[in-house]
This record gives sequence, structure tokens and C-alpha cells, in this order.
Amino acid sequence: MPSPRNWREIPARYRLEAARCRGCGKVVYPARRACPACRGQEFEKTMLSWKGKVVTSTVVQVAPTEFQMEAPYAVAIVETPEGARLMTQVVDCDPGAVQPGMEVALVFRLIRREGHGGILCYGFKAVPAA
Amino acid sequence: MREVAIVSAGMTRFGELWESSLRDLFAEAALEALAAAKVDRLDSIVVGCMSGGQFVGQEHIGPLMADQIGMAGVAATHVESACASGGVALRTAFLEVASGASDLVLAAGVEKMTDGADVTAVLATAADQELEAFHGITFPGLYAMIARAHMQANGTTEEDLAWVAVKNHRHGALNPKAQFAREVKLEEVMKSSMVSDPLRLLCCSPVSDGAAAVLLCPLEHAKRYTDHPVKIRGTGLATSTMALADRKDPAFLDAVQLSGERAYKMAGVGPADIQVAEVHDCFAIAEICCIEALGLVEKGAGRHAARTGLTALGGKIPVNTSGGLKSKGHPVGATGIAQAIEIFEQLRGGAGARQVKGARIGLAQNMGGSGASSVVHVFEGV
Amino acid sequence: MAGIVGYGAYIPRNRIKAEEIARQWGKDPETIRRGLLLEEKSVPGLDEDTITISVAAGRSAIARAGIAPAKIGAVYIGSESHPYAVKPSGTALIEALGIAPEVHVADFEFACKAGTEAMFVSLGLVESGRVEYAMGIGADTSQGAPNDALEFSASAGGAAYLFGRENLLAEVLETYSFTTDTPDFWRREGQFYPRHGGRFTGEPAYFKHVESATRAILKKSGFKPADFRYVVFHMPNGKFPLQAARTLGFSKEQMATGWVVNTMGNTYSGSSPTGLAAILDVAAPGDLILITSFGSGAGSDSFVLKATKLLPERRALAPTVRSMLDGPRRYLTYGEYAKFREKIILND
Repeated sequence: MPSPRNWREIPARYRLEAARCRGCGKVVYPARRACPACRGQEFEKTMLSWKGKVVTSTVVQVAPTEFQMEAPYAVAIVETPEGARLMTQVVDCDPGAVQPGMEVALVFRLIRREGHGGILCYGFKAVPAA
Repeated sequence: MREVAIVSAGMTRFGELWESSLRDLFAEAALEALAAAKVDRLDSIVVGCMSGGQFVGQEHIGPLMADQIGMAGVAATHVESACASGGVALRTAFLEVASGASDLVLAAGVEKMTDGADVTAVLATAADQELEAFHGITFPGLYAMIARAHMQANGTTEEDLAWVAVKNHRHGALNPKAQFAREVKLEEVMKSSMVSDPLRLLCCSPVSDGAAAVLLCPLEHAKRYTDHPVKIRGTGLATSTMALADRKDPAFLDAVQLSGERAYKMAGVGPADIQVAEVHDCFAIAEICCIEALGLVEKGAGRHAARTGLTALGGKIPVNTSGGLKSKGHPVGATGIAQAIEIFEQLRGGAGARQVKGARIGLAQNMGGSGASSVVHVFEGV
Repeated sequence: MAGIVGYGAYIPRNRIKAEEIARQWGKDPETIRRGLLLEEKSVPGLDEDTITISVAAGRSAIARAGIAPAKIGAVYIGSESHPYAVKPSGTALIEALGIAPEVHVADFEFACKAGTEAMFVSLGLVESGRVEYAMGIGADTSQGAPNDALEFSASAGGAAYLFGRENLLAEVLETYSFTTDTPDFWRREGQFYPRHGGRFTGEPAYFKHVESATRAILKKSGFKPADFRYVVFHMPNGKFPLQAARTLGFSKEQMATGWVVNTMGNTYSGSSPTGLAAILDVAAPGDLILITSFGSGAGSDSFVLKATKLLPERRALAPTVRSMLDGPRRYLTYGEYAKFREKIILND
């Protein structure tokens, strides 16, 4: 990921910054210009909780080149208490144990690296809730 | 709007075609379609291709392809909607003819996937880059999540998925252009390696090269080019949220439903009128979801359809008689056109051993990404 | 008075046993166990580095302090495994923890002492009134060359300390630093693994600096070894700190809580700070605590701390060191370890 793009996404990736629509109250992650529910354009900044529940998941055995060292790894759609849904890896456990309904905590981790000389891209991953 | 017909088709074999380049593939299919209709001029060319840029480093596909068939000068457009690029190219060509802007339009699809690109990574660019691909999800991974959600909601099993592969390979074994024209046994599918839990290798479509092309003209001109034209009665294109996470129900492909409703409405038919269908079985779970969303079976009943033979040749509503993406192959940009060709042949009695007897109305559904775009066409033999 | 208002530690869940490393190189595991007093060590996951460890530890420190992150005026991360040679580790942390942008940030390096160095400077800035709160972190994903003695100890983890002047969890009663130029251990620019002077790392390096600093802070503060409930020294292996304690007149009981090296390994800049965190996890109000770090090159920082009444209720707000050492772990084979530590040459 090129450096400017990674930099632009820091608030959402590092701090889970989201937007709450002033019109309908929907929490949109990451922030957008228009609300996907009511098309409102007035938002207030809100932070997602660093926890959630698995909606659905898989274990990626055949990974893209950049992620091959980590395979097999679990990826899940996680819903936070605010109702936002995000896709994330679930780590620090047996990937096969990740199933819908599982409670997770979100933690700050290295997500990908741009080769040996490029930038390091950080963000969130899920781990089993304590 | 004018009524529009398909009057001829051309298609390469699908597979790992080491001897053919992107341009060779297109030219082979396009020239075959032109020759079949004895046409030496075109008003316009519409080419569907997902990612010439990433697979072979080639953009600006429109003029390149016009030039390759000796038609530099003709209007040429490249359309992209990931794996639905072919279907959207057909729709674009249809609208161009229906509007009266052009009389003779070639709708084509092409993809060259085996030239050494990181296919998993290229395909993943059809997912949301910022929200999905960034985290290491793959296309099999996205459909595996859809499968797991479908299993949770409907009790679908790994065996139900495997039956889709068994059925489509049985069909594909009858298709000389299929990449894997052979039958597979249920046990073989169930024992194949896991790609993304719960999707096994034999529940996934292959990486393929190939091209397909159809020639469109106003229905009133069709008999100049063929004795057996097929009319395009309806077209429907719909979108859903780009990210799977943003769908209320990850097990339901709402864009497929919406695109189907639009095509049915325009055609003035309903699901019960469809006698043969090609649907986007990039993964076995996708066929189950698509036949449900298109109303070909009841919601939740899709999982039984392949096993019971409902969607097999000889069944009530044969689905993917070509072998589907699973057995025929899935050169992504070409798929939507290849689906239309299978229905075109079925409706004019040219499908050989795969012929659905007396089929008059058929449907083709082509999907992009994890279902963020879907395009449906309803055809009628005339 | 200034002191610690929040602290936190983080240790990755991956482990490798000393026995597994010994087996790889045809060494006798008993020699390692008895000679270096090392049972196993922590190993970072492929997605863990000094920055992620610092963020995890820093988040716990802020939780225990209960302050608004934006009030933190300085952040220093001490490490010898900063993920970038050029580009600070601290900048990612201040964005992740909501501290940015009104904050002074720097990365420190002083071999295994960089953590206490960051703490020392943070304390000074708070005491001077220059900033209201300052955070000093020691964290490392330490490297030891394959088949080197260091491979049995070099591990991953870290601890963060937030300093302030109100609502202290521990008062800082005294500090002292002792520094000379002693090339006992080093890593040149562009080199992947550190090198060391073998037995030269002992007497003229570790023991001279740890003992000099500790003796001096005792003299400066007026305390005797017996006055302390807990003491922690830098832990390059299990043996060195126990030997230094004996020489200086501290008991095994005083050492026991902070001596986490046998199952954690040497987290370099995170070593003595994590030992201190393990002590704060259990210390009672009024307990006196002594910490002396050591960094090759070489120097030692010493602190005398006194636990406050607030400590017991605040420590419950984040995970303890023992919960991470004794909690869910994954044991790696040497092959997995070599992959995780990127000791296998791959194609680009």
C-alpha cells in the first residue's frame, strides 16, 4: 500500500474512528461522505469499542503472496457493540476455533508490510475475548 | 426501444491456453462470431475484461481489440465490472442497439489469467481494497464466509456444496470447450484440499484463459444473418454494498435478486417461465445462493437442488448445462458472454448432448465481486 | 512529588522452550537450564513488533492512570528493535493511543537500558514541570544469532510507564545513573544480529555497572538492602541478576517477583521494566522497590520507588504480567520459530 494511502487511513485503522449519521444515527465505519442508510451528509465523529462478536468467518488456507507466511489464518466479519461491521483477521488462537457468535477483542497489530524496504501497515486484528 | 437479437457467437476453448495471448484469444472468438454471421463491418465493439492491466499489463483494451480484428476506426469500448464484465458488456451492447445508436455491435469478453500474475491478489482487487483485501481476505475466503453464514441460516452442509460441483462437472463432461470436461465423484470433491474453510478446491472455479463474443443487431434485421436468432427479452443490472460486512444478511445476494427482478420485469416473465439457466457458480455456494435469489428455487431450498437433480440436465430447471464456471472454466471477463452463448445455443437447439429439449426461454446471470454487482439477461428463441 | 501514575506490560503468547533450541544445535538442554536458569522465552508473532508491543503496554498504562491520552506531553520508546531504521516508532503509538499531535516524541536506543532511559527522561520532564504527563516505554523483539548463547534468551515484550505528579501509583524517591564506554555487546548499522564479547559481558560490563549503580543509589537515598520489599535487576539470563543480588546483599525473596526471565526470556529494553510491572502487580501500599537496569555499551539506571494506596485498585484495570506469562501460550518448534523470527531466506 502506497504511503499516502496508508497515512490517510490512520484514524480508522489505528483508532477505529467512525462516523455517526446525525440523520438516522447509523454508525458508519470508516467515515464516508454520505450515509449508506439515509444518504444524510451530516456526521459526528465516534469511536468504535475495541471488541465485538463474529458474524461469519473462514480460514484462509490459500493466501495472497503477501500473506503466505501467515496462512492458514482466520478472517471474520466482526460486529462491534455500535453496530458497525468490519472484516478482520482473528489471531492468537486456533484458526479453526473461530466460529460465528464468538466474542473477540480488537488489538493493534502489524497487518502487512510492503516488501522488505517499504512501509509497515498497522491496524486492528481480533483476538479471543479474555 | 428497439427489440434486439443475438445472431451469432464465437468462443475459444477455456483452459490454460499457453499458446494464446490476450489479443489472440479475443481475435479467435470475435472472428468466429463475425464469420458465422458473414459480417465484414461493425458499428461498435464492447469488450468486457476484468483486468488486462494487472493480468498482462495491458490497458486500453477497446482500440487494441478493434485493431486486432482489422477494424481500427470502429467505436470500441472496454467495460469492467470484475467477474461480471462480460455480462455488463452484453448489456451495454444491448442498450446501444436498442437505443437505435448502432445496428451491428459485437459484445465480447476476454481474460488471460495464466501469464504469471498473482491471480489470488489480482482477483482480490474486486473486493473492497481498504476494508477487505487489506486484511488478507481472498475471493474463496469471501465466498467461504457466505457459505458459513448460509450453513448457519439454512443448515447447508459441505456435502450440499460438493453436489453442485458433481452436477456441473457432469454437465461439463459433455462440453468440448470446457477446461475440465470430466466427471468428478462426490468423495473426490469432499476429499479435495481446503482452499478457504469450508470451500474445498473442487468447489472453486479454476483459473482460466478464454474469450467469447456474440453479435447483436435489431431483431428486425436478424434474419439477414441467421435463420435462428435469439431475442434478448430483458436485461437487469444491480449493485449491492461493496463490502460483504455491510450486507444485512451475508448469506443473501441481494444484487442478484434485484438484477433478476429487473430482467424478469422487462422480459414480462417470471422465474417459473425459465427453462434453462446459466448462473454464476464461481464457487459452489454461489450457485446455491443465486438460484435462491433468482427465485428458481425457494429461499433455503437451494442446497438440495443439485443432489435431487432439480437443476441437473433432465431436471425441472437445468442450471449450468455448460458445466458452469466450475467445469467449463472461468476466464473472468469472458464468463458473462460464454454464459449467454450457452443459452443462445440451447434456445436454438444447438447445444448437442447438453440440449434441454424444447427450451424456449432461458436466463443468464453473471456476478462481480462477492455479489456487489450482478447482471441478468432473459433470452427467447425466435 | 512525581512518580508513576500508570503502567502496563505486554508479552506475546508464542513461546519456545530452551530445550527445543538446544536440540536444534546439539546442545545439552540441562546445561542451559541449570547454567543460565532459562526454561523458555517469548517469541513475537509475525504481526507483532516493538510498535505493537508498545501500543498494547501503553494502552494498559493509560487505562490504569485513567487520564485523557491527549494530556500526555512526551512519549519515548526505548528499543534496539525499532521496526524502522529511520522513522520513529513513537509516532505510530501516539496516533494509535490518541495522544497526537501536541506531544514530544523520540525513540531511544541504549541496548537493554533504553527502556529505563525513556523512563528516566519522562520522569525528569514531569518533575521539571515541562509536561504534565510523560510516557516512557521499553520494548523489544530481541534478536539473537542462531546457535549463539543469546538465542536462548532473546525474547519479545515490553512495559510502559506513565509519569505524573498527582494520583501516583508509586512515588519515585530517588534515581541514579552510572555510565562508561564499554564495548561488551553491539550491533553495527545494517547487521541483522548483535555480537558480544562472551565472558567480557559479565564482570567488566553487567556486574560492574549494575553493582555500581545500585550501591550508589543506596548511598544516595540512605536505604539499606533490607529496607526493600522487592528488587529487580536487568535479566540477560537467569543467573546474572541472582548473582548481582547476592553480591549486593539482597535475598532470593526480594528478587522472586520481578525475576521473570526464566519463562519470559530477555526482552532487552523491556526486561527490567517488565520485572518492575510484575512487582507493581502485587506490591502493597508503602512497599519500597528498587530497580536497576543494564544496557551494554554500557550503563545502568536505578530507581527507588514506593507503592501508594492507589496502586491496588488501579492495577485491576489491565492485565498483569503473570497473567500473560502463565496464560494461554503457543509452543513453537524450532522450524516455526525460525519462520516467525524471519531466519529463513525466502524469495521476494
